[in-house]
Amino acid sequence: MRTLLPVLLLSVFCALVAWQCEVQQSFAEGERLYKANCANCHMDDGVGLGGLIPPLAGSDYLTTHRDALPCMLRKGLEGPIVVNGKTYNEKMPGIPTLTPIQATNLLNYLNQAWGNQNGLYRLDEVTNAMEKCASFN
Amino acid sequence: MKNILFLALALSVWAACAPSPSGPLPILGERDVVNGDTIYPTIPDFAFVDQDSQVVTNATFAGKIYVVDFFFVHCPTICPKVKANGLRVYQKYKNDARVGMLSHSIDTKNDTVAALKRHAQKLGIEATKWHLVTGDNDAIYGIADNYFSVATVNPDVPGGFDHSGRLILVDQNRHVRSFCDGTDAKEVDRFMLDIDRLLAEQYGKH
Ligand code: HEC
Repeated sequence: MRTLLPVLLLSVFCALVAWQCEVQQSFAEGERLYKANCANCHMDDGVGLGGLIPPLAGSDYLTTHRDALPCMLRKGLEGPIVVNGKTYNEKMPGIPTLTPIQATNLLNYLNQAWGNQNGLYRLDEVTNAMEKCASFN
Repeated sequence: MKNILFLALALSVWAACAPSPSGPLPILGERDVVNGDTIYPTIPDFAFVDQDSQVVTNATFAGKIYVVDFFFVHCPTICPKVKANGLRVYQKYKNDARVGMLSHSIDTKNDTVAALKRHAQKLGIEATKWHLVTGDNDAIYGIADNYFSVATVNPDVPGGFDHSGRLILVDQNRHVRSFCDGTDAKEVDRFMLDIDRLLAEQYGKH
């Protein structure tokens, strides 16, 4: 028993570290995807650009349209939308090749970056949403 | 001894990172010598139309230095970043009449005067300071070369146009004096120091 306890504690500790790493890593992957696909328009710090490109940092749209976002990333967005009380009416191209894993990493990065504190997405939730979105094609 | 070493190290780091030297900026481009006179490349005559339907020519920038770039409204790639950095330049020199700004659309078919007007309004910029221009396709693509910028039609890149996101600084004598990668905020910081240097050179210290 005396030898078992430290071993037990150690393994709990390792599991925690591994879990932490996993979470960290998925944000890192999301950040990489963000820099490659989104930062040109929404900027590195998510502030957007004047009346042309809406912000992602502090955006209420992320919470009010939570279920629609996975599909939107794949299909793009067009027409008037309201973000934090301000109307935007531009066009955002979609990424048709985006996979559910990539979308999950991307959305989870957005939801915790720049002070955002929105609930994280699970992979099955995103996969479902993207499957439904494909059937609208 | 340790202290001296540290001091030497600190000094060399400081020297390496100190702001670029003062004095005149170089005139960029291939120069010719004709009859013993050095001829520097100059920006040729141009005439384009801006978001307020005003004709913009070299005369618009007479007695001014100006900052140039190439863009298009429905650009899915670098343009918003270049515009964001352009806005920083705009804000800094907004009330300085010696500095003008000129953005050329390379999508002249879609970027009509009305489209440029909407774009300018959404950016919140004044046409008297920052001219967004459209015009004859060949004239715009041609003048890009004079500004050492790339502007070509390329159906294989997102958006259909290939272009460098450069910001270019032109002096009162139509010479290109500096440029930077307009997508890189740090480069643009350095570029704004070059604007200050050029102002000091051409208008004297205030
Ligand atoms: C070409 C520029 C561009 C790119 C690239 C781009 N967006 Fe957008 N984005 C926009 C525009 C413009 C809108 C507003 C669309 C409208 O008016 O209907 C928008 C809207 C949004 C919105 C909803 C509004 C808000 O601010 O919350 C989200 C979320 C979003 N984009 C996320 C992304 C993500 C994630 C990526 C990368 C995968 C991305 N965008 C890439 C231009 C872009």
